[in-house]
Amino acid sequence: MSAVLIENVHKSFGDLEVLKGVSLSVEAGQVVAIIGRSGSGKSTLLRCVNGLEAIQSGRISVAGHAMSQDAKALRELRKDVGIVFQSYNLFPHITVGENIMLAPRIAKGLDPADVKKRATLVLEQVGLLEKFDAYPDNLSGGQQQRVAIARSLAMQPKVMLFDEVTSALDPELTGEVLTVMENLAKDGMTMLLVTHEMSFARKVADITVFMHQGKIWEHGPSQSLFTNPQTQELKAFLGASLH
Amino acid sequence: MNRFKFEAVWAEFDTILAGVGLTIVLSISAIILGSILAILLSALRRIGGRWVGILIDAYVELMRNTPFLIQLFMVFFGLPLIGIRMSGDMAALLAMTLNLGAYASEIIRAGVDSVHKSQLEAGESLALTRMQVFRYVILKPAIARVWPALTSQFVLMMLASSICSFIAVRELSGVAAIVEQDTFRSFEVYIIVTLIYLVLALSLKTFLLWLGKRIFPNLSGLARIEAKGGAV
Amino acid sequence: MNSFGWPEFFFILRSAGWTLLLTAVAFLIGGALGAALAIMRLSANRVLSGFASGYILTIQSIPVLMVLFMSYYGLSLFGIRLPAFFAASLSLSIYVSAYLAEIWRGSIESVPFQQWEASSSLALTKGQQYRYVILPQAVRIALPPTVGFLVQLVKNTSIVSVVGFVELSRAGALVNQATFLPFQVFSVVAAIYFVICFPLSRLSRHLEKVMNVGRSH
Repeated sequence: MSAVLIENVHKSFGDLEVLKGVSLSVEAGQVVAIIGRSGSGKSTLLRCVNGLEAIQSGRISVAGHAMSQDAKALRELRKDVGIVFQSYNLFPHITVGENIMLAPRIAKGLDPADVKKRATLVLEQVGLLEKFDAYPDNLSGGQQQRVAIARSLAMQPKVMLFDEVTSALDPELTGEVLTVMENLAKDGMTMLLVTHEMSFARKVADITVFMHQGKIWEHGPSQSLFTNPQTQELKAFLGASLH
Repeated sequence: MNRFKFEAVWAEFDTILAGVGLTIVLSISAIILGSILAILLSALRRIGGRWVGILIDAYVELMRNTPFLIQLFMVFFGLPLIGIRMSGDMAALLAMTLNLGAYASEIIRAGVDSVHKSQLEAGESLALTRMQVFRYVILKPAIARVWPALTSQFVLMMLASSICSFIAVRELSGVAAIVEQDTFRSFEVYIIVTLIYLVLALSLKTFLLWLGKRIFPNLSGLARIEAKGGAV
Repeated sequence: MNSFGWPEFFFILRSAGWTLLLTAVAFLIGGALGAALAIMRLSANRVLSGFASGYILTIQSIPVLMVLFMSYYGLSLFGIRLPAFFAASLSLSIYVSAYLAEIWRGSIESVPFQQWEASSSLALTKGQQYRYVILPQAVRIALPPTVGFLVQLVKNTSIVSVVGFVELSRAGALVNQATFLPFQVFSVVAAIYFVICFPLSRLSRHLEKVMNVGRSH
């Protein structure tokens, strides 16, 4: 059974149709990169997968949950699907540790001692254990993003979504985040990532999907997609990305 | 509903109308004079030295941290003692102008401070004097940006004109008291007067916002500074 | 005609105590009402949010004096004649509730939408989002304007002198009538208001600066 199944999804914002019949299947343990121009619909597609955007038609099922806009069902789904945002979105009024422990404690109702243990574990996994009691304000962008990843990991998700997570970072800070993501991939996490980092996609993603004008224009194994683009649009996109 | 006797109040309608008229005249005059005062103070801040700034700050803090009623009493009861005789209406206008001038100058100051330094440098590099830079490069964008906040303050001042009834000025609230004494129909008088104020406030707000669009046509390009819970 | 001596001064000072009491009572009651109104205003229920909207818009578009008269004469319609202090407190509470509701609603709406997205993506219920993520941040945002509004409240207590209640302003008016020394009397009154309000104004500005520093990453 697929970890993520997207079937003929249509999504509009008012009169503007942004997703025009997108279908995609992601197996457990697979890493799928989604690339494309701004406006191609890639971020919207990702946000549909955890229900932040509602779809007009089609079906989505993630980690065994069927997508609906019912609040309770959505919460259950989100316990198994983590998302990391471009602007990290850490909670500024609590410490790093509290950020990570909040949802497991109150959404999953887990025991506080276990929650703290798990928080320590994931924070160590992203290499920031010493920042447990620091406030997000005092961290660099790259560090905040790694904390954001740890916060999602603490929920023990089956699928992780990454929405252009390095785009807002200074170039020298992207490396530390990409390393964490690469390690996650090696550990077998099912990952769906919208990214501009072409070399990362090529190296780490099993499958790459190229979106154009709300449709999946090309998709396939990353290696061959990057070396042998079939369509004009992908050729133009990759050509432009080189500069 | 038969306990209410609105007819008695309608009979005094021309009195009420006169009150509305005075409220409008006082408010518009205070808005115009207060704005001129505020702009003058802003200009003085820029070209004056450190002490000018401190004096203006003191004046503003005094106006903002004491009630308008006390300022009104000071003007009305105090000025005659140093030889300045004025009617209740004039005292009201003076107090409203001084009060509004202080608040408006602070609002405009926020607007002026928000004009980016690069604009000033561009102006000065074009050999404009400081006064010219102030007038042509700073002032208009500054006021455009704070127009919503200024509008809120102007409407607040119009509502505050009701306090002038305390010194027997026959604006709307003063007139309401007179009609109440004549007719003994307190509730009817005050609900009508309250509704009139409501209409006046909403009309003034709408008018000022429309005026803002006329005077500052390309506002959408500028960031707006919103009013922060107005004050008198 | 009296002179403006110590007895008069202490009379004025004691009346300032009433000003402070009125302020405190109106702030507490008005604050509780205002919080309820803010919640109503934000609710998805059209009737609730419409009512709250209308109430807030009305109170904010009429003079405080009218709020005072409407509540005073409105109550007397039902045969209720409250003593001056209670009538004044009630009217001021209504005035406070509308303004605080607006400030607090604005503060909640100022919390960036990304905080809503992040917390809902972590499977929190709406109540949990409000309690653990949104409200703590909204309270910080609300602090400067709330303190600033407190200054307005102190000044607006002067209105209640019209129903004969002897707070600071009325005390000043009475002493002025007795002594005909307006400069001295009202300077003292103004000074007392200033001593109460100025520190609050400064506090509000300080809180705002602290908040803006905290926000810039």
